[in-house]
Amino acid sequence: MSTTAQTPLLSVRGVETYYGKIVALRGVDVDVNRGEIVTLIGANGAGKSTLMMTICGSPQARTGSVIYDGTDITMMPTHEIMRLGIAQSPEGRRIFPRMTVLENLQMGAQLVAPEHFDDDLRKVYELFPRLKERAGQRGGTLSGGEQQMLAIARALMSRPKLLLLDEPSLGLAPLIVKQIFEAVKELNRTEGLTVFLVEQNAFHALKLAHRGYVMVNGNITMSGTGAELLKREEVRAAYLEGGRH
Amino acid sequence: MSAVSTNVNPENSFQASIKDALLAAFLTGVLGFYFLALRTDIAPGGLAITTRWGLWLSAIAIVFAGRLLLNLFVWRTDKPITRGLASAGSGVGTALPDLGKWLGRVLFAFAVVLPFFFIIFFPAQQRQYIDLAILIMTYIMLGWGLNIVVGLAGLLDLGYVAFYAVGAYSFALLSTHFEFIGFWTALPLAGLLAAFWGLILGFPVLRLRGDYLAIVTLAFGEIIRVVLLNWYEFTGGPNGISGIPKPTFFGLEFSRGEGGFADFFGLEFSTIHRFVYLYYIIFLLAIITNIVTMRLRRLPVGRAWEALREDEIACRSLGINTTNTKLTAFAIGAMFGGFAGSFFATRQGFISPESFTFLESAIILAIVVLGGLGSQIGVVIASIVMIGGIEMLRNIGFLSQIFGPGFDPTQYRMLIFGLAMVLIMVWKPRGLVSTREPSAVLKEKKKIGADMVAQGEGH
Amino acid sequence: MSAAAVRKPAESAPAKWDEDPVLTVEHLTMRFGGLVAINDLSFNVGRGQITALIGPNGAGKTTVFNCVTGFYKPTEGRIVMRHGPGRQQQAIDKLTEGGLKWQATSEGAVFLLERMPDFEISHQAKVARTFQNIRLFGGMTVLENLLVAQHNVLMKASGFTLGGIVGIPSFRKAEQVAIDKAVYWLEQVHLIERADDPAGDLPYGAQRRLEIARAMCTEPQLLCLDEPAAGLNPRESAELNELLQYIRANHETSILLIEHDMGVVMEISDHIVVLDYGVKISDGDADFVRNDPSVIAAYLGVEDEEIEAAPEVASLVVEAIGGDAAKEVGIKAAAVPAADDEAHPGSRPSGLSAAREGGPDKLTRIKGVGPVNEKKLNGLGIWHFDQVASWKKAEVEWVGSYLAFPGRIEREEWVKQAKTLAKSSKGKTGGAK
Repeated sequence: MSTTAQTPLLSVRGVETYYGKIVALRGVDVDVNRGEIVTLIGANGAGKSTLMMTICGSPQARTGSVIYDGTDITMMPTHEIMRLGIAQSPEGRRIFPRMTVLENLQMGAQLVAPEHFDDDLRKVYELFPRLKERAGQRGGTLSGGEQQMLAIARALMSRPKLLLLDEPSLGLAPLIVKQIFEAVKELNRTEGLTVFLVEQNAFHALKLAHRGYVMVNGNITMSGTGAELLKREEVRAAYLEGGRH
Repeated sequence: MSAVSTNVNPENSFQASIKDALLAAFLTGVLGFYFLALRTDIAPGGLAITTRWGLWLSAIAIVFAGRLLLNLFVWRTDKPITRGLASAGSGVGTALPDLGKWLGRVLFAFAVVLPFFFIIFFPAQQRQYIDLAILIMTYIMLGWGLNIVVGLAGLLDLGYVAFYAVGAYSFALLSTHFEFIGFWTALPLAGLLAAFWGLILGFPVLRLRGDYLAIVTLAFGEIIRVVLLNWYEFTGGPNGISGIPKPTFFGLEFSRGEGGFADFFGLEFSTIHRFVYLYYIIFLLAIITNIVTMRLRRLPVGRAWEALREDEIACRSLGINTTNTKLTAFAIGAMFGGFAGSFFATRQGFISPESFTFLESAIILAIVVLGGLGSQIGVVIASIVMIGGIEMLRNIGFLSQIFGPGFDPTQYRMLIFGLAMVLIMVWKPRGLVSTREPSAVLKEKKKIGADMVAQGEGH
Repeated sequence: MSAAAVRKPAESAPAKWDEDPVLTVEHLTMRFGGLVAINDLSFNVGRGQITALIGPNGAGKTTVFNCVTGFYKPTEGRIVMRHGPGRQQQAIDKLTEGGLKWQATSEGAVFLLERMPDFEISHQAKVARTFQNIRLFGGMTVLENLLVAQHNVLMKASGFTLGGIVGIPSFRKAEQVAIDKAVYWLEQVHLIERADDPAGDLPYGAQRRLEIARAMCTEPQLLCLDEPAAGLNPRESAELNELLQYIRANHETSILLIEHDMGVVMEISDHIVVLDYGVKISDGDADFVRNDPSVIAAYLGVEDEEIEAAPEVASLVVEAIGGDAAKEVGIKAAAVPAADDEAHPGSRPSGLSAAREGGPDKLTRIKGVGPVNEKKLNGLGIWHFDQVASWKKAEVEWVGSYLAFPGRIEREEWVKQAKTLAKSSKGKTGGAK
C-alpha cells in the first residue's frame, strides 16, 4: 500500500469495457492525481458514464487495469471498491426513494466513524439548505433537482478520498449549479478532496477543473489543463458553442 | 463467474483453491454428519444408531474434489474451460430465435402427425404417449394463455388456475344440467364465463402493483377452489362432478357398436380413436390461442400491453386507458384458460377441486418463466421439458441400477426437477428464449436483447 | 404571496398569452399533507407560443406539470384547456357550474383538466407531455414507441381489436398512415436510421428527442416538456431549440416547458413564468424576466463576469444593493440612488455604517439568503446575525418588500434562524453585543 506523492491516486490504463458484444470503451488511459479536480467531457453516448461505472467495478473492464491508491481494483466487487474511500454520485440520482432524506444521508455515512456524523451533516446541510428543510421527507417525493442534491450530499457523507461525480449539474437551477461547483472547489482547496467529474456542462467543468479529458466514441482524444482545453478550437466547436455557453 | 482476470497469481490461486475446497469439505462434514454419518433404525426395544462412515467420508471427498477442480479450472484461472461452453451457450441463446422459426415449423409438423407417429412406431405404448402429448398440449395452451397476462402485459398472476377451474366447472355444470349442451356449444360459453371472471377479478386487483398484485391473484385462485370445495349443492364439493360427456365428432360418439365413430367410417373399433380425436381438439385450440396471440401482438391492444409492461406512467401520458388495457389482458388470458379448462373436463370425464390447486398455477407460471416471458416457442419447449420431463422421470429404470434396487425414482422426481429448474435459471436467467421480436418493422427486423426488455409488475 | 405582489411589466397592451390562452391555470393549490407545493398559482399559456416555467429546484414546477397532465389531482384551483381561438369565457363558466368534464363549443371545445383522469387529458384534451427522467418503452423499438403513441387512433381503426383480428383492410390503411406519421417525426428528430433499434439502446440525447417525437405523435394542442435539455450538450441544446421552433412554426401546438438551461429558455420562449416556493414571483417575456431583480436573486444568480460584461445588469444590482456596498463588491456605477425608505411598507431597519470589529457575519448561513441578498443587506448596513434577530414585524415587512421577496422572510424564519446563529456566534466571538 505504500504510495508516493508522484503516483496518481487513480490510474486507468488501457481499459476496454463491453456491454455484451457492444464495445463502450476502447482502451482508455486516464490519471487523476492527488488533490486534483479532473473532468471528462464528451458527447452523449461517448462512454463517459461507462468509464465512471467501470472505475466502480460495474461493469468490470474486460482488459486493462484500474489502479487506485496502489491497489488493483479492476476485478474488485463494487462494495469493496467503495470501502477504499471512493464515493460516487451516479447518473440518474440513485437515491433510496422510500427512505427519508436524513436516512439517505445516514446510508452514505455507513463507512464513517459515527462521531463525524453530526459535523458532516451540518456541512452538507450548509451546502444544500434545501435538504435540511426536507430532512424528514422521503427521498422519492423530492423534486428532481433536490434528488440530485441528495445524491451528491450522500456521496460527500462518506468522507471520500476520491469523489466521482456523474453530471452533477443535470436538472439543477443555474444558481445551485454554481453553488455545487463552488463547494467542490472549496472542498478540493481546503480538504484536498480529489474529484473526477463527468460533465455535459463543459464550460463550467473546464473552468473548475485542473485538468480535463475529452472522450469521443470510447476513446480519449484530447487532454490538457482546463484552460488549455477551453481555448482549443475543436473543443469550443464541439462542446461549447451552440448554446449560450 | 467466469470473469477473465488478467492478474491472478498462479501460486496464490492454487493455495487459495485448496483452502476454499477444504472449507467446503469441512462444511459438508459438519452439515452431513447427522444426515449421512448417523442413521437411526427401528430396533427391538427402541431405536438403534447405525453409523455410515463410508458414505459420510465419500461425500466429503466428492465435495472437496469437485470444489477444487472447479476452482482450478473454472473460477480461478485465466482460461476457464467453461468459457467455450459459455460462449457456446450464449451462441445457442442468440441463435435460438433464428432457429425459432425453423424449430417452430418442425415442431408444428411433428405435432400434426404425432398420433400416427406413435401408433405406427410405438404401438405398445401408443395410448400412454398420446395421452402424454395431450397433457403437454394442454399445458402449452395454458402457458400461451398466461403468457398474455404475464409475458406481454407484465402482470404477475399467481392464480391463473382459477380460470382453468371456471372453464372446467362451467362446461361440467352446463353439460350435466342441460342435455342439449355438448362440448362444442359449451366450449365458447366456458371461455366467455372465464373471461367474465377475469374481468371480475381484474377490477379490484388491477389497482394493485407488484407483490400485492401477485398475492391477491394467488388468493383469488384459492378462493375459487375453496368455494368449489364448499358449495356442495352446486359443485358437488370434494366429490366433484362425474359423468361429463365426451366430445363428439359431428354428432358421432366414440363408442363401440352401432352409430359410433368407428362404425360410421367402417373402422374397427379401438379406444385409441378417442385419444387421437382429443389430441386434435387440444391441438386445434392451442393453435388458435397461438394465432390469436400473435395477431394481438401486432394490434394496438397488444402493443399497449407491452408498453404497459415497459412503463405504465408513460402509457397514461399517451392517452392509453391502462385499466381497460389490463382488463383486456386479464380477460383474454382467462378466456384461453377457460377453453383449456373445458377441454380438461371433457377429457377426464370427472373433475374435482383437487385438480385446481396452487401447484397447477405454479407449474403454468414456471412454464412461462422458464420459456422466457413473452416467447411463444419458449412456452412450447418449457412445456415439453417440464411436463414431459416429470412424466419421463416416473419410469426411468436405469437410475435404480445406479442407486441400488431400493431406489424409487418417482420419489426423487421433484428433486431432480427442481435441480433442473435451478440449472436452467442459472444458465439462462431470463428464460430459454429471452429475446423479443418487434411487432412492427420499418426496414430491418432486429431482435431485442433481454436486458432491454422490462418485466413489468411483481417480478 | 398573492399574484398581486408580483412585479408587473410596464403598462402596455395585454399580452398575447392573456388574450388567447390555450391553457389557463387559476388559483392552483397543491398540498401534500402539510407541505404546500403550489400556492394559489395563476398563469396563462398563449396559443402558438412557447412558454417556459422556471424556478429553483423544488419550486413546484414538475408538480404544476403533474396537475396539468392529470397525474396529480390539485387540492384547489381550476385548469382550463381550450381548443379553438379566444378565451371562450362563457362556455368555461357554464362548464364550471355544471358537472361535465368538457364541452364542445362553436369555436372548438373547452376542458376542465382538474376533473379529468390523466389518459383522457392526453386523449381528449390533447395535452401531451415528456418526463424529467425519460420514460420510453426501452424494450420496444423506436418505431413501436411512436405507434404506441397513436394507440387511440389505431384502436378505433382496428374496430377495438375485433376488426383487427380478422384483418379488415381499413385497419391496414390506418396502420400505414400511423407508420407514415412516425416516419415523419423520426425524420424531424433525426432518428430515422435507428427506427428498428430498441429505444433503450439510444444515447441520452436521442432518447430525449424520441420522447418529444412520441409526444408529438399524439397530435397534441399543448406539449408539456419537463427539462428537455437536461443532459444535452450545447450543440444538442441548439438542435432542440430548432426542433421546438419548428414545432411552433409548423404545427398547431403550443409548448409549455420546464428548463434550467437559460440558453434554451431565453432564446426560444415567448413568455416566461417564474416560480419559487410554489408561488409565482415573475411573469413576462424573456427580457422582463431576465432583468427582474427577484428572479436574479432567487434563481439566476449573478455571474461575476456578467457584471463586468453587462452594464445593464450591473446597474440593476447597484440599484438593488446600494452604492456603498456596490463599491465593496467592486461595481462602479455613475449614479447610485439611495434606497428609498418611503417606497416600501413598514419601517427600514437601522443599520451600521460598517461591520463591527472581527468582520461581518456570513449572512448566507441564514437559509434563504444568497450571495446577492447578502450584498443587498450589507448595503442596508446589516452585517450581523443579531441585527437580523432584532427585526420586528415592521422591519421584516420593509426588508421583504425591499428585497422583492414579500412573505419569504417570515416563511423562511430568517429572524428565528438569525437568533440561533447569533447565539452560537456569540460563544465564539465573546459577545459582540
